[in-house]
Amino acid sequence: MSNSPPLPSEEPVPGNGVNRRNFLRTSAVLTSGLAALAASLAPLRELDEFPSMEQFLQKYYRELTPAEKEKVLKRIADEVEREYGVRPKVRDPQAMDGVEFVYALNLTRCVGCRKCVHACVAENNLSRNPEIQYIRVVRLPHGSLDLEKAEHNYDPEMVPEEGFFYMPIQCQQCENPPCVKVCPVHATWQEPDGITVIDYDWCIGCRYCAAACPYWARHFNFKRPSIPKERLNPDMAYLGNRPRRKGVMEKCHFCVQRTRAGRYPACLEACPVGARKFGNVLDPESEVAYILRTKRVFIQLKEELGTSPRFFYYFDV
Amino acid sequence: MREAIRNYAVFLWRCGRVAFVGDWRYYTWMGVLTVLCLLGLNAYAKQFVHGLYITGMSDEVSWGVYIANFTFLVGVAAAAVMMVIPVYIYNNEELHDLVIFGELLAVAAILMCLAFVTVDLGRPDRFWHLIPGIGQFNFPASMLSWDVLVLNGYLLLNLHICGYLLYCRYNNRKPARWFYIPFVFIAIVWAVSIHTVTAFLYVGLGGRPFWNSAIVGPRFLASAFTAGPALIILALQIIRRVTNYRITDRALLTLRSIVQVSMLINVFLLANEVFKEFYSGNLHVASSKYLYLGLHGHNALVPWIWTAIVFNLVAMVLLVLPLSRSLKWLNFTCVLAIVGIWIEKGMGLVIPGFVPTPLGQMVEYQPSLNETLI
Repeated sequence: MSNSPPLPSEEPVPGNGVNRRNFLRTSAVLTSGLAALAASLAPLRELDEFPSMEQFLQKYYRELTPAEKEKVLKRIADEVEREYGVRPKVRDPQAMDGVEFVYALNLTRCVGCRKCVHACVAENNLSRNPEIQYIRVVRLPHGSLDLEKAEHNYDPEMVPEEGFFYMPIQCQQCENPPCVKVCPVHATWQEPDGITVIDYDWCIGCRYCAAACPYWARHFNFKRPSIPKERLNPDMAYLGNRPRRKGVMEKCHFCVQRTRAGRYPACLEACPVGARKFGNVLDPESEVAYILRTKRVFIQLKEELGTSPRFFYYFDV
Repeated sequence: MREAIRNYAVFLWRCGRVAFVGDWRYYTWMGVLTVLCLLGLNAYAKQFVHGLYITGMSDEVSWGVYIANFTFLVGVAAAAVMMVIPVYIYNNEELHDLVIFGELLAVAAILMCLAFVTVDLGRPDRFWHLIPGIGQFNFPASMLSWDVLVLNGYLLLNLHICGYLLYCRYNNRKPARWFYIPFVFIAIVWAVSIHTVTAFLYVGLGGRPFWNSAIVGPRFLASAFTAGPALIILALQIIRRVTNYRITDRALLTLRSIVQVSMLINVFLLANEVFKEFYSGNLHVASSKYLYLGLHGHNALVPWIWTAIVFNLVAMVLLVLPLSRSLKWLNFTCVLAIVGIWIEKGMGLVIPGFVPTPLGQMVEYQPSLNETLI
């Protein structure tokens, strides 16, 4: 880059001549360089879950053939057994025809006891340390839906408290999910029954979806999740509650392992006041269809964003 | 043909050799950098093993200094265009010999951008999922996939232009205009696109009112065109001091006028944004309040952003005054502008987008030591 003319090709490049001193100097520099490099990489020796070749090369979920999927499910069961000492049942239940799941939550009834949160943690094998929870219950002052005023860490002797109401917030299963739009690798998508799921084996952990979600519904495994062995729920689904790995996203999936088998989500079953309703909105006989038909007012959280949630808050008016 | 390839390989080899030749100052500098790199590598190895847990990031503030630095460096890379335009469109003679520095700076900045994004990934081993063809590339829906394309494209363009010009110089040949001028013009448009796409990455998120504003893109460009040339002014003077490469004061002053105008626009756009946020006073002002004034007793960013604003304003005033025609003052101004914009574009843009959370929770963020090392 200097103004001096470029080196003609015959002239030896400095340091090119092989003599003893040069050789010794170069090898000393090289050796110490390599030693420093090795020292700086030393923490890698503690690496305990290096992905196997099989994991590394695993194909995208939606491109797996039935035979390949069978192998993947078996591999996951093996891994879980090795790690937790329990042989799980790993299934891959599919969306049913003519089903679109919808959640309705009665804000008049909710007392803010957080039983749904704990049921969810137990059902979905959520990490206890660090804590990951799909449901966040906030306490709001009487009359206001302004989430800036929400109290997340309320901890009274007894709920409900005078002058407040409670609002559990989880994945709203949007019809126009911003998280799906922004994912650079299609690791998250909307299923035919309206549930937005994640392929935990495909997510690269960029956390763009977490930035995009207006409901703070997407959670990242900053660390390897820890679940007590005796608390592991062995009834697992690939797109549902199988244990996650470090470095990937996870979120509420309306308990696919239960709901696609005709059961209610765990949070609904745990609710002591019957504030939670769940079902197939395409079935006119269903409870949720009835609620959406007959209630005068219901709220889709942050409706102005155009995400069109499948989660409706309503009141007993 | 084979001869040409062999020649080119020799050229690359010689370039590599030249990179290892220098005086003691060069070796000291490179030695210090190497030590820093190794410290960073060590910190990254720890993160690779234990997860991003060891950073200061959390579910609430899920992006931190990695993405902040990425954003700032995209700006620096884009700013190379500010040296290219005067040369190739207005035929500015003074800058002609220097334009290659701008392009080399762009290459370096883009490489650093890519490194910052990589360390931010939770699963770097699954990087191949992003590669079009073998992975699942969510194009055109995801702005991140656009970013991958434009950044890598910009890198290739600049590598081609710099590589070709250097190779011609090495061969003592006059570069064939048709073989690089079209790419220069593409690169000019492309430079604007890399920063615009990076801005859209944030702007496109309806759930984050702090980012969901049309002014973010223009502000990105204005600040980039301030900080980039400012950095080049400083770099050129160092080059002038330690080599015998000819760099005139006039060239530096041309860059000064670029920085001057960009800084004025930058501050103007900032004023626009602050007005809109605070005057209308709707509920979405929470993030801005957090940034500028502190909210509910949380004010980690307040001293930072005011430092940035004071630096930017002082730099602006100095740039307008004839005082900054003297190189000493100009350098001082450039440092102020770079630091100011680095704070404002990095931490000042990324973090408040997350605070408060969409559910109104206040969780603050401090980068951890390990994170800083990386």
